[in-house]
Amino acid sequence: MKITGAEIFVNALKKEGVDTIFGYPGGVVLKVFDVLYGEKDLKVVLSRHEQGATHMADGYARATGKPGVVLVTSGPGATNTVTGIATAHMDSIPLVVFTGQVPTKMIGNDAFQEADIVGITRPCTKYNFLVKDIRDLARTIKEAFVIATTGRPGPVLVDLPKDVLADKAEFDYPSEVKIRSYNPKYVGNKWQIRQAAQAIQKAKRPVIYAGGGVILSNAAAELKDLAEMVQIPVALTLMGLGAFPGRHPLFLGMLGMHGTYQANMALYKSDLVVAIGVRFDDRVTGKVDEFCPEAKIIHVDIDPTSIRKNIHVDIPIVGDVKFVLTDLIREIREMQAAGETWEAIPRTWHRQIDEWRTEHPLSYEWDEEVIKPQYVIEKISEMAGENAIVTTDVGQCQMWTAQFYKFERPRTFLTSGGLGTMGYGLPAAIGAQMAFPDRLVVDVAGDGSFEMNVQEMATAVIQKLPIKIAILNNGYLGMVRQWQELFFNRHYSSSDLTGQPDFVRLAEAYGAVGLRAARPEEVEPTIRKAFETPRPVIMEFVVNREENVFPMVPAGGANHQMMFGAERKKPEGRLRVARG
Amino acid sequence: MRHIISVLVENKFGVLSRIAGLFSGRGFNIETLSVAPTLDPQISQMTIVTAGDDQIIEQITKQLNKLIDVIKVTDLTEKEFVEREMVIVKVSPPAEQRAEVLRTCEIFRGRVVDSSPKTYTVLVTGDDKKIGAFIELLRPLGIKEIIRTGKIAIGRE
Repeated sequence: MKITGAEIFVNALKKEGVDTIFGYPGGVVLKVFDVLYGEKDLKVVLSRHEQGATHMADGYARATGKPGVVLVTSGPGATNTVTGIATAHMDSIPLVVFTGQVPTKMIGNDAFQEADIVGITRPCTKYNFLVKDIRDLARTIKEAFVIATTGRPGPVLVDLPKDVLADKAEFDYPSEVKIRSYNPKYVGNKWQIRQAAQAIQKAKRPVIYAGGGVILSNAAAELKDLAEMVQIPVALTLMGLGAFPGRHPLFLGMLGMHGTYQANMALYKSDLVVAIGVRFDDRVTGKVDEFCPEAKIIHVDIDPTSIRKNIHVDIPIVGDVKFVLTDLIREIREMQAAGETWEAIPRTWHRQIDEWRTEHPLSYEWDEEVIKPQYVIEKISEMAGENAIVTTDVGQCQMWTAQFYKFERPRTFLTSGGLGTMGYGLPAAIGAQMAFPDRLVVDVAGDGSFEMNVQEMATAVIQKLPIKIAILNNGYLGMVRQWQELFFNRHYSSSDLTGQPDFVRLAEAYGAVGLRAARPEEVEPTIRKAFETPRPVIMEFVVNREENVFPMVPAGGANHQMMFGAERKKPEGRLRVARG
Repeated sequence: MRHIISVLVENKFGVLSRIAGLFSGRGFNIETLSVAPTLDPQISQMTIVTAGDDQIIEQITKQLNKLIDVIKVTDLTEKEFVEREMVIVKVSPPAEQRAEVLRTCEIFRGRVVDSSPKTYTVLVTGDDKKIGAFIELLRPLGIKEIIRTGKIAIGRE
C-alpha cells in the first residue's frame, strides 16, 4: 500500500526506535505534524525556539547515547538550528535533524521561507541530504541514522521538500544500508596495540589523558581497568569528565587552561602520554611546543584526522576506544602472565604527583558575607548524588562546575565543549530530563548564558519537567570580565549585565518556582528546597561579582606556567580547599 | 611541496562543494582541480594539485578520506605517475611573425585549432615544464588570451 512521505517519515522513525522528537512546526512540515497528531508511540516536545529544540535533542543524546531527533520547518526554522547543529558537531554528538523545504520545483527561486540549509550546514554536519524523490526517502532516513551514530558520531541533516512529504510510495524500510565510501574502523591495529603495551611497560612517568571519546564509546569501565591495572594517573578533558570517577585516587582532575596544577604538571613531566578519545584541543594543550615535551605519545581515536592534526604522535591507533582498550588490556595481561619483567611505575612518580596536589590544590577564598560560586557547586555536588545529570552553560559557571563538581559516572555531565555555546544548559537539561524523568537534572547557568535560551522555561513547565536551574548571578559576563580584568586593564566593555530581570519573579511568570540565596548560609537550604520541589525550579545565587576562575593558563601560554588565584593573595586562614 | 592527489568520488549533487569547502574551511590551498566522470557514470574522478608540508598533506588526504562521498584518495606524488595538462592560447602576432607561431607550435607538437586574419588559436598538451616553456616562447609574439585545464594524472603500472 502506498503511503505519503509524511507517513513514511513517521514510520521510519518508529523503526529506528525513536521515542521523542524535539521540534517546532511551520508551513512546509504541517503534513508531518498532522501525522504526529494523536500519535502514541512518538512524543513531540514543542520547544519555544528551534535552537532550543536542537540543544534538547543534543542533551537527550548525550544523556542516553541514542541519537537525538529534531523536526523543524524550512527557512528560519532550519537556520535557527544551525548553532545547535554546530554545537553537536564540535562535540561529536549524534543528532538527526529533519528540516522542511519548499517544494522541489521551487528550490532556488527564493521562495517564501526558503533557505539552502544543505549548503549552510555542509561544514557543520557529518553529512547532509536533500531528498528529491519520495522513493529515496526511507533509505535516506536509514542512512542518516547510520551515519549519525557510527564511527565518530555527529549530526546529520535531512532536508525534506513539501512535495516529497505529500507524494506517495510503498514503505520499504531497509534493515541495513551499505555505503561503499563509508567504513569506519573499529578495531585497532594489533601491532600498534602491542607497541603501545610495550611503551606502557617501559614508562616511568606515564599519564592517561582521556576525553569525550571514552564516553561516546561507552568505555569508562575499560578506562578504569587500564588505569588501575598499571596504576597510571588519569587526567580528563572537559568532554571527558565522568569517564573516570571524580573521587578516584588516580584521578588528577581536568587538564588544560583551567585544569588542575597536578594534571598539567603531570603531563608536562610525563615520559608517556596515553591519549584516549581526545583531539589535542588548544584549550587542552596550551602552547603546543611545551605540551608534554618529554613524553612519547600514544593516541587512540576513531577519527584518523584527529591523529597528528596538532601534535606529533609516536604510536597512533585508529579505532573505537572500547575495542582498542579491550585489546590493549588483554595484551598487557598476556605480557604480565608471560612473566615479562613488569616493573611497577616508580613510587617516586606517584609521590611527585601527590606533592603537586598539595602544592596547589583547587581552592578559593572563603567569605562569610558573600556567596562564592565555587561553594555553590561544591554543595550541589555533595547533595545531588552520583546519578544526577548536570548540564552547564558556557563561561565561568561551566569551568567552576568542571573543577568543583565530582562526576563519578559517564553521561552525567553535559556541556558544550568545542563550540562553547552559551544558552546550551537549559534546553540540554530539558532533553536529559525527557530521557530520564526520574533522575535529578541540574542546569548550572550563568546569568548571561541563561538568558540566551530563557524561552525554554515555558517548555520545561509545560512538559512538567522538574529540572533545577542554578543561576550563578554575578551580573557580568563573568569569563569575559575576567579576561578584561587580566588582559584589558579592567575595561569592562559590554560585559556588565546590571539590570538583569528578577529571576525569582521570572520563574514565577513562567509557572516555575523561584528561589533566591544571597548569603552563604542560605545556599544549602535553597538547594535542599529546590531538590525537594517536584517542579521546575530556578535557584538564583547572588554570588561574588568579581570572582575569577583559577588556576588559569593565559591563552597561548604553556600549561606548566599557570596563574593562581586565592593563594596568590595569601589571605590568612580563609583559603578553602576543594574536598577530594 | 606540490602534491597531485587523485580522488574518486560519488558523482552526486554537492560533492564538489564538499571538497572545495573542506579546502577553504581548513585553509588548505588548491592550485588546480579537474573533475569528470569515470567509466562508471556514478563515480567521478578528481585530480587536485595542492601544496604543503608533510603534515598538511597527511591532513588533506585524511580529511578527504573522511568525507562520506569520497571513495578513494591516492597521493600520486608518492608513486610513478604520468601527468598532463592542456593549454589553449590565442596569439595575435605581428604580421611578420605569424610563421614563427606556427613553427613554435610545431616544435611543441601543438595544433592550430582556429585562425582568423589576426590571430591563431593553438593547443598544446604536456607537463608543467613543457607548457611553461611553450607559453614563454609565445609571450613575445603577443598572447591575447590563455586557458588551461588544470592537471590530470594517472598512476603507472
